[in-house]
Amino acid sequence: MKPLLIARNLSRNFGGLKAVDMVDFSVNPGEVRAVIGPNGAGKTTLVSLLCGRIEPSSGVIGFNGEDITRVPAHIRVRMGIAYTFQITSIFPNLTVYDNVALAAQRTLTDGRSRKALDASVRDAMLHVGLTERASTPAAALSYGHQRLLEIAMGLALHPRLLILDEPTQGLSDGEIKDFIKLVRDIRKETTVLLIEHNMDVVMRLADRITVMENGRILAEGAPRSIRANAKVQQAYLGTADG
Amino acid sequence: MNIGKQIILHIAVIALLAALDYVLPAYHQGVFSRIMVLAVFAMGYNLLFGYTGLLSLGHAMFFAAGLYGAGLTVYHLGWALPLAFVAGVGCAAVLALAIGLLALRTTGVAFMIVTMMFAQVLYLATLYFGQWTRGDEGIVLPQPTRLVEFAGLHFDFSNPVTRYYAALVLFAAVLLITLGIVRSRFGRVLIAIRENEDRTRMLGYNVFANKLAAVVISGAISGASGAAYALLFGYVGSTFASVQYSILPLLWVLLGGASTTLGPLLGTVLMYYLVDFSSDVLARAVPDWNFSYLGVVGIALIVLVLFFPKGIFGTIRAHWARWLP
Repeated sequence: MKPLLIARNLSRNFGGLKAVDMVDFSVNPGEVRAVIGPNGAGKTTLVSLLCGRIEPSSGVIGFNGEDITRVPAHIRVRMGIAYTFQITSIFPNLTVYDNVALAAQRTLTDGRSRKALDASVRDAMLHVGLTERASTPAAALSYGHQRLLEIAMGLALHPRLLILDEPTQGLSDGEIKDFIKLVRDIRKETTVLLIEHNMDVVMRLADRITVMENGRILAEGAPRSIRANAKVQQAYLGTADG
Repeated sequence: MNIGKQIILHIAVIALLAALDYVLPAYHQGVFSRIMVLAVFAMGYNLLFGYTGLLSLGHAMFFAAGLYGAGLTVYHLGWALPLAFVAGVGCAAVLALAIGLLALRTTGVAFMIVTMMFAQVLYLATLYFGQWTRGDEGIVLPQPTRLVEFAGLHFDFSNPVTRYYAALVLFAAVLLITLGIVRSRFGRVLIAIRENEDRTRMLGYNVFANKLAAVVISGAISGASGAAYALLFGYVGSTFASVQYSILPLLWVLLGGASTTLGPLLGTVLMYYLVDFSSDVLARAVPDWNFSYLGVVGIALIVLVLFFPKGIFGTIRAHWARWLP
């Protein structure tokens, strides 16, 4: 299968620190991929390189058959790479509806009717279950709902690849359950790249798992084989998450 | 719906200003002509500062570009007033494009400093090219150059009533344009940039291009104010390019309410009269202090920022009328 996203020899240095170090990485269309690893392993840097928020020191990135290494972030979004932030990043003074509309309106700017925008916004809100809070200012939402709003904004972009950076951080058990259901729903339409610390979520959602350590890829494979991998157990599973 | 209320409110404000012409004594009629023109400057500034969240300390350069663009073409080239007005706006827009391309490479404090420095360059240039601008002393446009013939009608902009309505027409046009912009999708993107630039970029918006558009529109509106000022009041001088004319619009906007459409007008009215009254009062109370009106401006600025950051309309919107644009 031709990969949707592909990175070759991707590196990023911050001063002397090699946050991402000669990484080869690819995501196939339709899969749910999880990236795991201890804090500081380079996960967020990796996805930031992929979505264009930071520039690589070296290496190439391809998306859907095109070289996007030098493509600015906002164009990558238009090409179909959506990124939801690790630290909730919404427009606090705007309502839920207007937040989602900001994501949706750009894709509908060229001559489509207001109705299409409205339908698109309502569709995204319905997906994550925020329809009833459409006119609530985003700042007044609970933390869990703010995370859902982030995802709704991502969905409203109609991405081909949705990157979720630690989406379940700070959510309650009940909310995590709903989140798993949501991603299973989302994956019918889009490829998902997930950075996640919660191993239960990773094991239940991911088709394949990429394990990072010190800016490099330590292992990659199906959940079962990752769980059985001695190197991974030593580096990650055996320590922080027990 | 909100849009209905908003349009009624704005039309009512314009109608009120039109009616004021009949009741105001001559002095205040003149003051209000000036205020309406300066409020246009404030609205231009507000678009960038209030809505887009970019604090420029150099907007005097756009006002001055309009002022000189219009004034010099009338004085030296004998251009007709409408053409001179367009020249003024054009100068300001082109200048804003150039400044925007350079200054938008910076953010925050650096943006303030860079815009301020460019404005100082323009100010010094108006002094340096004194043989055309007559520097500090300035140029008084002779009365015959301030006549306009349009569609068989004659307008004399040295006539106070004509001047009042010309100022009102410009003010009304810019007010409605501002309302249109902030309600448009473009306007919402500007607000989004102000609220969360990184997020806006990651929703697929070209943040730089949107900011640049905001700088150019803001500069052009400020230039329209400068051009109108030159043509209506017949005076062009380098004071209008000096740093105080970069601070004043900030003050007007803060007082009236940043990112409100009507705040700039209210702020300009109140500040104009505050300076006017306080100068008299202070001159009488402490004659030997030689208190400059800039002192009043400075104190007002500090008080506003410390105790009243939302301004008048901003506070009204926060507490009573969320629908205010």
